[in-house]
Amino acid sequence: MSASAAPVKAGPGKQTTKADRVTSFNEGTGRLAATLLSPTLIVLVLVVVYPIIAALRESLYTSGDRVDADGFIVQGSQFVGLDNFTAIFSGEVGDRFWNAFYNTTFFTVTCVVLETILGMAMAMVMHKAFKGRSVVRAAILVPWAIPTVVSALLWKWIFQADGAANALLGQQILWSTEGWQSVLSVIIADTWKTAPFIGLLVLAGLQTIPDEVYEAAKVDGASPFNTFIRITLPLVKPALLVAVLFRILDTLRIFDLPFVLVGANKSSVETLSILAYLESNQNRYGPAAAYATLLFIYVAVTAFVFVKLLGADVLGDAVQKKKGKKNGKSKNKLDAPPGVGPAAAAGGGGGF
Amino acid sequence: MRFERSHTRKAVALAVAGSLALLASACGGDDGSKSDTGGAAAGALEGRGPITFATGKDTSGNLGAQVAAWNSQHPDQKVTVSELPESADAQRSQMIQNAQAKSDTFTVLNLDVVWTAEFAANRWITQLPEDKFPDLGKLLPSTVDTAKYRDKLYAVPVTSDGGLLYYRKDLLDKAGVKPPTTWAEMKAACDKVKALPEGKTISCYAGQFEKYEGLTVNFSEAVNGAGGVVVGDDGKPNVDTPEALAGLQFLVDGFKSGEIPKAAITYQEEPGRRAFQEGNLVFHRNWPYMYALANKTDGSSKVAGKFAVAPLPGKDGAGVSTLGGHNYGINEFAKNKATAVDFINFMASEERQRANIEKTSQAPTWASLYDDAALNKQFPYLAPLKASIGSAKSRPKVVKYGDVTTAIQEAAYGALTGTTPPKDALAGLQTKLSSLITP
Repeated sequence: MSASAAPVKAGPGKQTTKADRVTSFNEGTGRLAATLLSPTLIVLVLVVVYPIIAALRESLYTSGDRVDADGFIVQGSQFVGLDNFTAIFSGEVGDRFWNAFYNTTFFTVTCVVLETILGMAMAMVMHKAFKGRSVVRAAILVPWAIPTVVSALLWKWIFQADGAANALLGQQILWSTEGWQSVLSVIIADTWKTAPFIGLLVLAGLQTIPDEVYEAAKVDGASPFNTFIRITLPLVKPALLVAVLFRILDTLRIFDLPFVLVGANKSSVETLSILAYLESNQNRYGPAAAYATLLFIYVAVTAFVFVKLLGADVLGDAVQKKKGKKNGKSKNKLDAPPGVGPAAAAGGGGGF
Repeated sequence: MRFERSHTRKAVALAVAGSLALLASACGGDDGSKSDTGGAAAGALEGRGPITFATGKDTSGNLGAQVAAWNSQHPDQKVTVSELPESADAQRSQMIQNAQAKSDTFTVLNLDVVWTAEFAANRWITQLPEDKFPDLGKLLPSTVDTAKYRDKLYAVPVTSDGGLLYYRKDLLDKAGVKPPTTWAEMKAACDKVKALPEGKTISCYAGQFEKYEGLTVNFSEAVNGAGGVVVGDDGKPNVDTPEALAGLQFLVDGFKSGEIPKAAITYQEEPGRRAFQEGNLVFHRNWPYMYALANKTDGSSKVAGKFAVAPLPGKDGAGVSTLGGHNYGINEFAKNKATAVDFINFMASEERQRANIEKTSQAPTWASLYDDAALNKQFPYLAPLKASIGSAKSRPKVVKYGDVTTAIQEAAYGALTGTTPPKDALAGLQTKLSSLITP
């Protein structure tokens, strides 16, 4: 029992360690488990581990850089160690990298903040019971259903010189040129598209809050603002954090929206993904892989910090961890009833 | 129990190790190909049988008929069309991926003219002996030039494209001026048109000035039209010259004075076409495809029947267009190359090119077709187009074309938007190009 209630720290690839915790397996069951799991593992290795390792390896090589006397590319790739990485941080390339890094971060912070506020508001509206609620819900979700490239084209059309945006504003702003206006156009389009996503997840969270809690607040005479801050927000926090985390990870690798809406090689909206793409498009796979690796590290670190700082429940394993821990210390929180957590965790573990 | 646990772990570890070994060997195979210098079969255009023709999405609607004509004559050497995406970038990357995998999936490649150098330098396309292509001498020489890399033939031009000056014939007639042949004449004509009551709100001129390939084309035309070069005949960049500056200055001044509308900095082909069709421009530089669209009488164009075309103007005389178009090359790793040669000759033949222009208005590469009376009646722009293509220049024939065009766009865009003085932009471009181009 002590083994099965222990925190499960496993990521998706480590699920087999669950088998270790169960003491009553005989050798045959263990072998069966390994056999049954191996296809999954192989697939995981093929689609997750291999690309990462291949990209890491690729980032240490360079090829196709030189032309011989007859004008032919010198074939073969050379091992250059970390040169591709060091090259990124120096000179003109470095300026471009830091600009892209800044843009990526700026988009992520701005867009996610705006989307969270708007998404929250959308969720509150969708949660309210009123006539035609389903129509409003559907309408709010339409932007999320549209593929990014299509919505980018849509906004490109709105933001062109003789487009709807300028007609509405009565001015001629050249949105796709370098400058604040192109940044703004990307933020508008991204927020429009993905605020509904946050709205959707938050709505799911809102619907799990029991009415009794609000009734109790009403009886206590809490103002709507206080109710929101003290009840709605804390209770919807787990769902909200997952939504925000997803959006952060998504926006960090933003590519298609600025690429289609504003265009390639526009330094105002160039992001790390775009840099990596442009490099690979010139057949410089080594430097491209280096950019991609840096972006990968950036995304991983951000996700890690976010989860550590705010305790977002991403994979579901945190539920078990938290419930185990909270059992003692957090009785005053309006979380799930104590007692359910460990039981569920034990059930989940033993059921394997 | 200890044993069991380690046993399970061992099984898992084995499974992981096994798949890793598999992958490692896959990597090894990849590495092994490095030592292969390729081109072993260069020049050996042998083998007959079915082949594949890789081309961008056929927007003309006529490719099927062209290939069917071949297939009915050669039932044992059938051609299958492999349609790639519509975007040029996506076509290029698919072709490159196939070449890097040394795949024989594609036999004949439909290449944009600016890709020739890159594909040839990487030995992705076969060098072609000129004597196997008897029609080559009858094609417009400037188009054949686009298919060469270091004076060797790597492809055969099948379609071409050149810039044309679209102008409002009605307004010019009213103002009593002839179509201009120089920039100064164009400006003078514009001033006269603007003095007319209809000309109050109209802008003078536009081209494609958004930061994309179109800007490279328009910048090159401005530089060439003023007697400068971007990359000289010796293959070296030579863009920091008074001539090039005069060319760039023409565009910069146009934006400053408002002769080129501010919005033109966002124009690709289509927004520019719309502006001309809305009647907002006196002169517009665009490709021949625009002719039919701007002449539509279904209400989409306000200038149908009111415009005509002329060759591009230059600084002191006729301008210089930048060449577009497509060349057909043969995949180095393909089978049945003899069939491929025949197919290319077939598609490049006068008969096929005539059939193609009749249906699609794509500019042919055969010189004689431009002088054909019947075709001239159907396409009144053929004479100016022949002049345009005849004197046209290719864009820089360089292996790293992608980097070169990006550098050109960067410099030109900076100058046009006023962030860099034109002289500095050109000096910077010269430095940049020198580092990118290995002579």
